[in-house]
Amino acid sequence: MKVIVPVKRVIDYNVKVRVKADGSGVDLTNVKMSMNPFDEIAVEEAIRLREAEKVTEVIAVSIGVKQNQETLRTALAMGADRAILVIASEDVHQDIEPLTVAKLLKEIATEEAANLVLCGKQAIDNDMNATGQMLSALLGWSQATFASELNIEAKNAVVTREVDGGLQSIKVSLPSVITVDLRLNQPRYASLPNIMKAKRKQLDEKVPSDYGVDLTARLSIINTREPETRKAGVKVASVDELLVKLKEEAGVI
Amino acid sequence: MLSYNINKVNEIILGISRMQYGLNEEQEMIVSTVRNFVEKEIYPHEDLVDRTGEVPKEVAQEIKRKTLELGFYACNFPEEMGCAGLNHLEFALVERELGRGSMALNHFFGRPQNILMACQGDQIDEYLKPALAGEKMDALAMTEPGAGSDIRSMSCTAKRDGGDWVVNGSKHFISGADHADFIIVFIATGEESTPRGIKKKITSFLVDRGTSGFVIRDGYKSVSHRGYKNMILEFTDCRLPNSQVLGEVDGGFDVMNEWLYATRITVATMSVGRARRVFDYALDYAATREQFGQKIGKFQGISFQLADMITEIDAADLLTLAAAKKLDTGGFANREIASAKLFASEVLGKVTDQAIQIYGGMGLMDDLPIERFWRDARVERIWDGTSEIQRHIISRDLLRALGA
Repeated sequence: MKVIVPVKRVIDYNVKVRVKADGSGVDLTNVKMSMNPFDEIAVEEAIRLREAEKVTEVIAVSIGVKQNQETLRTALAMGADRAILVIASEDVHQDIEPLTVAKLLKEIATEEAANLVLCGKQAIDNDMNATGQMLSALLGWSQATFASELNIEAKNAVVTREVDGGLQSIKVSLPSVITVDLRLNQPRYASLPNIMKAKRKQLDEKVPSDYGVDLTARLSIINTREPETRKAGVKVASVDELLVKLKEEAGVI
Repeated sequence: MLSYNINKVNEIILGISRMQYGLNEEQEMIVSTVRNFVEKEIYPHEDLVDRTGEVPKEVAQEIKRKTLELGFYACNFPEEMGCAGLNHLEFALVERELGRGSMALNHFFGRPQNILMACQGDQIDEYLKPALAGEKMDALAMTEPGAGSDIRSMSCTAKRDGGDWVVNGSKHFISGADHADFIIVFIATGEESTPRGIKKKITSFLVDRGTSGFVIRDGYKSVSHRGYKNMILEFTDCRLPNSQVLGEVDGGFDVMNEWLYATRITVATMSVGRARRVFDYALDYAATREQFGQKIGKFQGISFQLADMITEIDAADLLTLAAAKKLDTGGFANREIASAKLFASEVLGKVTDQAIQIYGGMGLMDDLPIERFWRDARVERIWDGTSEIQRHIISRDLLRALGA
């Protein structure tokens, strides 16, 4: 069984995000970029499945700019077997919409005759949380989202999902699209031998037209702004004063 | 402890400078992997180690286990020995990133002394291989209370007795000896007359912990690198068979010159790494701390300091990597390494001092790690050849060629 792991190149989670002056988005010029942390968890899980001999091949896929090569090399250094890069833009600021990504992934999953797609539940840049679900619908496969535990059986996957108020276990039949959550695993560091091997692994470069997918945008960003800065709190001298403030100023009791 | 979260805004700067060095993808990945490792596996234990002066056993073992698992252990050793065979530039990058973290902890990200490549015969199975596999740890001993920079004045002596050697004397400031299973010790084995008077002949020996007549005991309490202990070695009629000689008898300086001169670059690389980490803090503080109604980074008194700091750090980084590159091209880089060691350690001293100035009083409090970086920086200008010895090496290299 082959598993496809889509990985997105996003602004590193440590970097202080700066909104562009014209509000068209976030400034990505000369900013450190990394693999989306949720995708890293998906790569780790896929490698573990291969180590447990539940899957035979781990294929990392990235859709975006040429520089996504680095992100794919990271996945290869972690242990993915090969990679596919779909160059869909020349501009790092152009985000490829979830539906377009899902359509491309559908073609790739079909072409590769894969049985499983493991992806991050969302990308930390725009938090869309949509690609996995769209992909499952396009492929007509089952879906399980927010996985915090995953067991692959012969024809099924048993997935524990983190939902409001607790954990839910579901069984889905394969093929399936599974999106992973933070607590599924702790991604490994790339080992030195694997870093050295990564360059020799196969990385195919494609363009959207290879898959007959149209890139036309359906969404437009109207404005991007920084969140309101949190105002300093106030100290109260007594419980009574607190109650008064909660009643009269905050109006919550 | 005050938890102080650093937003690594200057990743922007690091990103650019990394590209300037023309590193390839593997080398960039080595940098980011080691950086990641240090941040996740070393940083969380640093406060405890600095406060107690001890590295908890479990922590040490865990760092070692993970380093072995990742194939980074002894990565400075060649592929023929089953190691990664990193070149000098790549190893410098590894050590630069390690330098961001505590010396006491990153000691377990094992990098055995490359002088062990001089092992011959049974020594290969007895010392070299176990050291590379993380089964035995090594340390190196040269300095004595009466022999610092003037190493050839050492008084620890080995005398022939039948087929054995009998050693008497002591060594101090021996880093890593507390965790070492064996120590490479440089010992005087005679005298010779040279144009500059009578000098000692030196031989290096492999000495096992637990050898009769050999004691390893606690040394002094240093302000720098707490937890990275300096130990005292004492030899009292300690008998060593001739098979413990590393290299040739009286050939201590040959093995030293062949293997050890290049390791001085370690101090330079680690100083650069630590200077970058300190700079992260200083830059972040200047960009967030407000006084007189504005960010203190808006005051030229602060912003110009930052400009000088990063300029000097980049210069030290480039000087160090250039020296490593020269080693890789097969050149003799004695002067370049000395320049890098001299400059990088002095830059680190300046940068840590300026960081405290930017933080003001809070920089001196042990709630923040700034004062620790400042303390740790001081030894870099002293060990592995003082700044003065480095200047001597550099100037001799220039003048000797002109017959002066």
